[in-house]
Amino acid sequence: MLDLLWLLPALPLAGAAILLSGAMRFRHRTTSVVGVGSIGLTLVLALTALVQYAGMHGETVIRPLFRWIAAGDIAIDFSLRLDALSAVMLFFVTFVGFLIHVYSVGYMHTEGARAYARYFAYLNLFMFAMLTLVLGANLVVLFVGWEGVGLCSYLLIGFYFEKDWCASAGKKAFIVNRIGDFGFLLAIFLAFKTFGTVDVAGIEAMLASDPGKFAAAATPIALLLFVGAIGKSAQLPLYVWLPDAMAGPTPVSALIHAATMVTAGVYMVARTNAIFRISPTAMLVVAAVGGLTAIFAATIGLAQNDIKKVLAYSTVSQLGYMFLGAGAGAFAAAIFHVFTHAFFKACLFLGSGSVIHACSGEQDMRKMGGLKKHMPTTYWTFVVATLALAGIPPLAGFFSKDEILAKVYGAGAGNLHSFGTAYLALWGLGVVGAFVTAFYMFRAVHMTFHGEFRGSHEAEHHLHESPASMTVPLRVLAVGSVVVGFAGMGMFGAGRNWFEGLLHHVAPGVEVEGYATSTGIEWLLIALSVGVAVGGILLATRWYFGPEAFVRPTRFAERFPRLVTTVANKYYVDEAYEATVIAGTMKLAQGSWEFDARVVDGAVNGTRHLTVGTSFFSGLFDLNVVDGLVNLVADAYGWASRLLRRVQWGVVQGYALIMTVGFALMVAAALWLGR
Amino acid sequence: MTVPTAYFVILAALLFSVGAAGVLLRRSGISILLGIELMLNAANLALVAFGRQHGQLDAQVFVFFVMAVAAAEVAVGLALLVAIFRKNQSIDVDRLNVMRW
Repeated sequence: MLDLLWLLPALPLAGAAILLSGAMRFRHRTTSVVGVGSIGLTLVLALTALVQYAGMHGETVIRPLFRWIAAGDIAIDFSLRLDALSAVMLFFVTFVGFLIHVYSVGYMHTEGARAYARYFAYLNLFMFAMLTLVLGANLVVLFVGWEGVGLCSYLLIGFYFEKDWCASAGKKAFIVNRIGDFGFLLAIFLAFKTFGTVDVAGIEAMLASDPGKFAAAATPIALLLFVGAIGKSAQLPLYVWLPDAMAGPTPVSALIHAATMVTAGVYMVARTNAIFRISPTAMLVVAAVGGLTAIFAATIGLAQNDIKKVLAYSTVSQLGYMFLGAGAGAFAAAIFHVFTHAFFKACLFLGSGSVIHACSGEQDMRKMGGLKKHMPTTYWTFVVATLALAGIPPLAGFFSKDEILAKVYGAGAGNLHSFGTAYLALWGLGVVGAFVTAFYMFRAVHMTFHGEFRGSHEAEHHLHESPASMTVPLRVLAVGSVVVGFAGMGMFGAGRNWFEGLLHHVAPGVEVEGYATSTGIEWLLIALSVGVAVGGILLATRWYFGPEAFVRPTRFAERFPRLVTTVANKYYVDEAYEATVIAGTMKLAQGSWEFDARVVDGAVNGTRHLTVGTSFFSGLFDLNVVDGLVNLVADAYGWASRLLRRVQWGVVQGYALIMTVGFALMVAAALWLGR
Repeated sequence: MTVPTAYFVILAALLFSVGAAGVLLRRSGISILLGIELMLNAANLALVAFGRQHGQLDAQVFVFFVMAVAAAEVAVGLALLVAIFRKNQSIDVDRLNVMRW
């Protein structure tokens, strides 16, 4: 099976090709069989490969498929790589991907046959790109997948392209991602220039042989790579596209904008951790951007009323935690959070999709409420996933988030790279963020499922539990949200937990010297993170549950109106971009247009006028002088000919007469002269 | 007593002049042919006269050739004139102007 690794991306690609080449003329049933079947087959193959790989004691499998680029010194293979890191990604990408494909069958069934086929074609194409990204053995193949997922993200966000704002959201995501992608591309160029190879294994080998030599070059490469990660994983300041990406169908939000694609940035940082780890500056930047994004996005989530927007900002915030962990050198913890997050966030998004489905497309939580009794399965899966996200033990999110916070605290306390204070401050932000997370998630639960239904009577009449194709994936993911955390359950005292050990030889953590973890401190940290989570839940319950629901929030908004409006308007970041970058770009475009219209067109038109002018005169010269000369020659010939043709008047006797007379005259002259 | 050669030459010159005048001045094709015959025979006369003076027979042989050629020429010429007459109902050479500019 490991020799057939190429089948993993190839199968979804084949599915997409079939659906697209069928010109979307398939009926719903055919589309479902092809679209879900291809991913199901991929999942089976992936699991087979993982089982086989598990018996290999963690060695790295690299399978070059063909020489892709060969020019001068450049020799890049299209090769796939399976190691512990890509195995983890492979597992949850195919697993969650398959569940979401199944869910989509129920969620999208009301679409027309064409749109349905288009949807599954794009989703399959996305799986192809994501698997290429995960399995790529060098940065260039990884970049192909990177761009591929970006394209599919664009296509699926703009899936309802007939709605203007959906098409705009797709464009926004694409353009913002381009900025990050450009950084990534520069990083690849720089890496090639520095190391002479883009192969991850090759780069790792060179860095291992002589780390000191590349210390200076590593920082710019790492920072540029991180620019790519910022774009793809929606970090400050390029996070703005992700909340808008909720314009796409909800399963798409679950798959692409929560579970898989947006975590590609974290994966990429972990994949190239050899470069990051030797650059303290880059590590601190990663941690700082992650920590600030975590708290920033979490606070925005407090004031959102669209259920998907809450989840979107939550995703941005959780991605921030992942980068915070990676920046503190805990790459395994970051990937662990990616892994657990994929389950509970996909579950939350699919749950919200189920809710939206039941509420006839309504996404505003102010028009929901009391859905608990109408859709029990959705309710309890949503609550389980929410508890996991809030970090309540022993659910998945607790282990991963706690692991990250513990590692960041360790980096701070152990004064990692002499940036101890900064790491401690970021740890503080992370803890506050955990409190905020618990609060806004339970706010969402209370507003959606508890209390009385606040929508119209018609909408209330329509409320129903979703079909099995939607609830079964929800159940599976809810179970996943409970159990996957145990893979990274902490071992008190020294030693690595199972997940960390798994990743140790591909992404080992950065050792923090001068900090020895102790059971006491670990218990304290656990107590703290559980404490803030429970505190957040209790506060949310006090504010949004029971007979006094919504009273305190209203009072709070009256007391601090400026604060509440600022947060509700997302700190006016979009407006700031509108006023600066977008307005600037527009102005530049306007200026360029005016330059084009005035100067360039002016020059072109001036040349035209000049040419017309000189042409007029050369035309005159041609008509009069040149033609005159030619005609003069012709006229001269005509005139001479008219004169000369009189000699030949056509009477042969006349000619003979002239001849005779002339002869006679010549004879006479000869006689006269010869005398 | 023999007639001097000069007499023959003068007669030949007169005959040639009459023939040339006929060729140059007459409009009728027949007359032109007649003029040509006169000129040929004038030349024959001169040849014979000079041959007698020198006592040689070469000239007489030439004259035979000339007469044979003249006969052929007249045959062709007359045939042409018959053809022209059939076409134009006239043998006036001034009216043979279809190829004139």
